[in-house]
Amino acid sequence: MTIKELEIKSKEYRRKILKYIYKAKAGHTGGSLSCIDILNVLYNEILNVSPDNFTSSDRDRYIQSKGHCVEALFVVLADKGFFPESDLETLCQYQSHYIGHPTRKVKGVEQNTGALGHGLPLSVGTALAAKMDEIDYKVFTLMGDGELPEGSNWEAFLTASHYKLDNLCAILDYNKLQISGTTAEVCNTEPIADKLKSFGWAVREVDGNNVEALKDVLKQLPFEQGKPSFVIAHTVKGKGVSYMENQLKWHHGVPSAEQYELAMTELS
Amino acid sequence: MAVVDTSVGKANLEVFAETLEALAREDRNVIAVTSDSRGSGKLAPFGQRLPKQIVEVGIAEQNLVGVAAGLASTGKKVFAVSPACFLTARSLEQIKNDVAYSDNPVNLVGISAGVSYGALGSTHHSLHDFAVLRAINNMIIVAPADAFETEQAIRQAAALEKPVYLRFGKKNMPLLPIDTEGGKFQFAKGRIIREGDDLVLIGTGETVQPALEAAKKLSKEHNIEATVVSMHTIKPLDYDLLSELAATGKPIVTVEEHMIYGGLGEACASFLIQNGFKNPFKIIGIPDEYTVTGSQNDIFRHYGISEQGIASSFLNLIKKN
Repeated sequence: MTIKELEIKSKEYRRKILKYIYKAKAGHTGGSLSCIDILNVLYNEILNVSPDNFTSSDRDRYIQSKGHCVEALFVVLADKGFFPESDLETLCQYQSHYIGHPTRKVKGVEQNTGALGHGLPLSVGTALAAKMDEIDYKVFTLMGDGELPEGSNWEAFLTASHYKLDNLCAILDYNKLQISGTTAEVCNTEPIADKLKSFGWAVREVDGNNVEALKDVLKQLPFEQGKPSFVIAHTVKGKGVSYMENQLKWHHGVPSAEQYELAMTELS
Repeated sequence: MAVVDTSVGKANLEVFAETLEALAREDRNVIAVTSDSRGSGKLAPFGQRLPKQIVEVGIAEQNLVGVAAGLASTGKKVFAVSPACFLTARSLEQIKNDVAYSDNPVNLVGISAGVSYGALGSTHHSLHDFAVLRAINNMIIVAPADAFETEQAIRQAAALEKPVYLRFGKKNMPLLPIDTEGGKFQFAKGRIIREGDDLVLIGTGETVQPALEAAKKLSKEHNIEATVVSMHTIKPLDYDLLSELAATGKPIVTVEEHMIYGGLGEACASFLIQNGFKNPFKIIGIPDEYTVTGSQNDIFRHYGISEQGIASSFLNLIKKN
């Protein structure tokens, strides 16, 4: 896709995220809007995965560690043809597979996530299997900045570099807000780049809401032979809707009818 | 007299390591994942001979299970090996989500389970593992009693492609008598290893042996004949066998190396009471208190998980009923 086309996609995805959250009256609005450009670039430019090759052993894997931003994932998977978009009309309804976190009952989802600090260890195991079998697939995981203090992440950071998993890429959706405050206030994890480098990862920083910059960076994988790659994607929580941007209350806020109309106008 | 004759037989742990290596030689997809537990898991020779089939994550049990689940998702036959006390407590969320809920067929191997670590104390005991894992959907729970059951359990787990928790200790266990089916082992099918008309003793894992010793003692000293069952699979429980045994009205005594809450005994009791059985019933296990200190044998003896203790429990039970 051209950069322009990717930008149009991002806007379309944002509208759909809001549409289904508004309909379900539930969802993680702010985070889904912050990470959607990353998912856009991954699924449209980077990942070798599609409904046709989803059961192939050599497909690329995407494991969403910040499972609560599932609306972003569902919208992209529907767009890629994994299931009809109309399925999302059932989001969070009784007996729907389209719940508030990814589950494998939904085609295209690799792992059931939702509890934080799980995506990276799962990704390490998946990447390790590729090395063992000498299969050339890549494994991507999207992590939230709020989940970074989970100890299991740091265990897995060690294992990934120990096994030189240069087929693994972790992307941090660094919107700097979590449910009860800024990440700096809640548990300061900075300097993240230095920490990851000292853990043996190759690190790049990028504007995570800029599809061109994201594409450029993700096309360079692996950043270093023999090292896992870590992308610090600086994003804005609630990106694209003026009154949601950088506002804590939109972590899982659901727009009113008036707010919904305003948001859709801004994203038109 | 010792609770269990440790001078004979093989440790289930050793049988596990030998069986796993045999399987791994036949199938390069068989992978052991360890958390600095290759020594305590008797897997050092496996690691030396099949270095490409062992993954070491260091002392990081959450990661152990998460990585194991990731490997299993690609079709590997993964055995995640760690002391039961850490594996089923520290990694419980990974077991619940990454293994059971995501249906990644990891074989979770809880070594040195129960009070195997004896005087190392409660940090190293797993008296909760049946209870917590029973409360998780999509989890098979197996505690083999001897070398035969252990080998069979490992082979069946490798072939099953479902999440399985295998739990055993590290001391030498004598071989149990051949079961009434002629030496058959199948998950969720209890094995009758002794038949008698007066009571039913149901053990699991390393408590089957003292149950058998108690049965012999009751026979010799009281002319009471016990049926003894190795209920190696705690979940799914063999309800058919339980119904059959309970239908005779005989008293039932369960014995487990686990807290009396949430394990074998309560699983049996729950089934029996909800299906109208009113057999006299007793659960022998570790009570809800700070566990007494001492060796595994000391702890067993203290809480009546012994030839004498089990026999006495039964005699007290029939006195009350």
